[in-house]
Amino acid sequence: MRRRSIIGTSLAVIVAMGLAACGDGGGASGSSDTVRVTLANHVWTENIKKVLPEFEQQTGLKVEVTQLGEDQLSDQYNVKLNAGSDDIDVMMYRPLQEGKLFAKNKYLADLSEKVKSNPEWDFADFQAGPMAATTYEGKVVGVPIITEQEVLYYRKDLLAKAGLTAPPKTLEELKAAAAKIKAAEPDVAGFVARTGKSAAVTQFSSFLYSFGGDFVDDSGKAAVNSEAAKQAYAYYGELIREYGPANVSTDMSWPEAMAIFTQGKAAFYTEANSLYKNATDPAKSKVSDTVGFAPFPAGPAGSKPYNIPSWALGINAASKNQSNAWKFIEWATSKEQTLAQQKSGVPGARASVWSNPEGTASFPKDLADAIAASTKNGVGHDRPLVVKVAQAREIVGQPIVDAIAGKDVAASADAANEAFQKFLDDETK
Amino acid sequence: MPSLTPTRTSGPTRTSSGVNPVAESSALSRWANTHLKWLFAAPAMTFVAVMIVFPLAWTVYLSLTDAEGSVRAESEFVGVQNYIDVLTDTDRFWPAVLRTVAFTGVALLFEVVLGMAIAMLLWRPFRGEKWVRVAILMPLVATPVAVGMMWRLIYDPNIGLANQVLGLLGIGPQPWLAGRHTALPTTIFIDVWQWTPMVVLILLAGLTSLPDEPQEAALIDGASNWQRFRHVTLPLLMPTVIVAILLRGIDALKTFDILYATKGRGGGSFHEVETLNVYAYGLSFDYNEYGVSSTVLILFFLIIIGSMWALASRKKEA
Repeated sequence: MRRRSIIGTSLAVIVAMGLAACGDGGGASGSSDTVRVTLANHVWTENIKKVLPEFEQQTGLKVEVTQLGEDQLSDQYNVKLNAGSDDIDVMMYRPLQEGKLFAKNKYLADLSEKVKSNPEWDFADFQAGPMAATTYEGKVVGVPIITEQEVLYYRKDLLAKAGLTAPPKTLEELKAAAAKIKAAEPDVAGFVARTGKSAAVTQFSSFLYSFGGDFVDDSGKAAVNSEAAKQAYAYYGELIREYGPANVSTDMSWPEAMAIFTQGKAAFYTEANSLYKNATDPAKSKVSDTVGFAPFPAGPAGSKPYNIPSWALGINAASKNQSNAWKFIEWATSKEQTLAQQKSGVPGARASVWSNPEGTASFPKDLADAIAASTKNGVGHDRPLVVKVAQAREIVGQPIVDAIAGKDVAASADAANEAFQKFLDDETK
Repeated sequence: MPSLTPTRTSGPTRTSSGVNPVAESSALSRWANTHLKWLFAAPAMTFVAVMIVFPLAWTVYLSLTDAEGSVRAESEFVGVQNYIDVLTDTDRFWPAVLRTVAFTGVALLFEVVLGMAIAMLLWRPFRGEKWVRVAILMPLVATPVAVGMMWRLIYDPNIGLANQVLGLLGIGPQPWLAGRHTALPTTIFIDVWQWTPMVVLILLAGLTSLPDEPQEAALIDGASNWQRFRHVTLPLLMPTVIVAILLRGIDALKTFDILYATKGRGGGSFHEVETLNVYAYGLSFDYNEYGVSSTVLILFFLIIIGSMWALASRKKEA
């Protein structure tokens, strides 16, 4: 008899627990005083975290920061936003990498009204190029926080040793200088850059533009097998194959390539300027006192580096805390904060910080000059502008690794172009 | 006979309609009593349904659609089109299948042979046995991602330890993980390094439970050490060996962490170490092609079930 009642009781308990579990789902409803912000590992993030208490004091809100590496951040968004989760309010994202996909999936809230609500915040101050990348079908979906241009990192001491007085101004000079240094110093590579199929695409883009090519031509057709593109692929591949590090891996992204440069194992390195602190900070770099910067060397079509917004802040469309989320963005992208960021070496997207001498004073002189040159003739994208960027990068990146491996570049570019055209057709279907 | 125990049930059975709660509770108990077999199995069944059957069924459903971009976006039912596409894909899918089979086969072979040898050495007691055992089991307790990162540093072609050691021996630097044809063998080596201890552990457990009599009989008959191993120990140990192969084999087929930590997304720029698992991950997390990704996963699932079934039937024979 006792047994029965125990069974009855446990049944009731199980049902009750089940109900309780169901009730949990709708927990955080309505706007809350806690703004949940997801940020990428970046100098910008470190800076903003230091001044968060100011914001919390001003507004009485609490900020909860989740910080992740780029790839983990993407995975996190894929999982959470796919599930319609509302536990992210503000999200730091890459407009050129994920912007179109996120906007198309309706993950990003429409900020068109909000950006115009406060004249003091001054929406018009943002540069047009970066702003275009955070606008989708006429709606503003993000506010750019960091811009990026490609520059040439080089070693002043190695150049002097090789008898060169100035950094190369053209790609031809770059190749000659790299060859000269590699021949003189067997342990040092003449040139290093990203080699990973997907990772290299963005830094290769400046080479492509400077040779006169682009990923897509004016009519929207794939153009990675144009004569200019083939030359650019061959040039980039040869530079790394012939004058790069021995046993070069074809998986390098910036951390690996930067490590080779900052360990003193390479003379030239083409990379985004936003990472320059890694090379000039004595704690991270063995070459901090001998590193120099120069504008991207000119190719047959001139010097045409990319000039893009690498990161932006957006609001999760499923967030129930959108007005507080906007308060955070408004504060983090204000003129004061952007200037403070820029002073610490993070290139901002506001025109005012670039016209302000205070805003450029903190950069090494040669880097500031290189950036100024890049913003003048820069191209507004560093990868194909499509929805499925990850796939597109792998397609147009194939000839890069084939060129590095010493395969037939022209054939590889033709194959890539065919695949890329098919990809574009599929996407516009 | 109605039970009138003082314990009352609360909760959903109690209503405001004035029905005697005690009587109602006993009705519940009576119902429970007649359905005992279902009741006791219910938690396990619910768990299986929610955690295994539902995700599997959902994956099968997704594999029949063209879901992409966002799981919540509209998707169309495309029947077996994904399966046709995937099974005729000689660019990524079949090479990935081959790599999965090669990785598992070679790693398993080395792990079982080495594991067997080490287990035989550790079988008989000797001085310092404890320390040797701890040392051998070390790799097993390390986190695979940490292991991957560690080997990636060791194998770095320019500044890694492996090439420095080779340099001391007068051998030129090798590309290791960076080479197109050396990457897969290198990851297999890492897998063998990490997982041989598990095989040792299983085989050692099997060895210690073997009866002594057949060994003694063989000794009296004048069998050599090799003969004793080949004709007495190994046949007796066979069921354990198959268990070890089964457990390790399934795990090796599903390896992801070591490959991802050493070569990153897509298994490297030339997909040097892209196995089915890495491929499926890329399809859903890089490409957001949930339909195709599910198709690959279902096919992968069938491959695992198939090989498990084949091995399990061997075990029955043994």
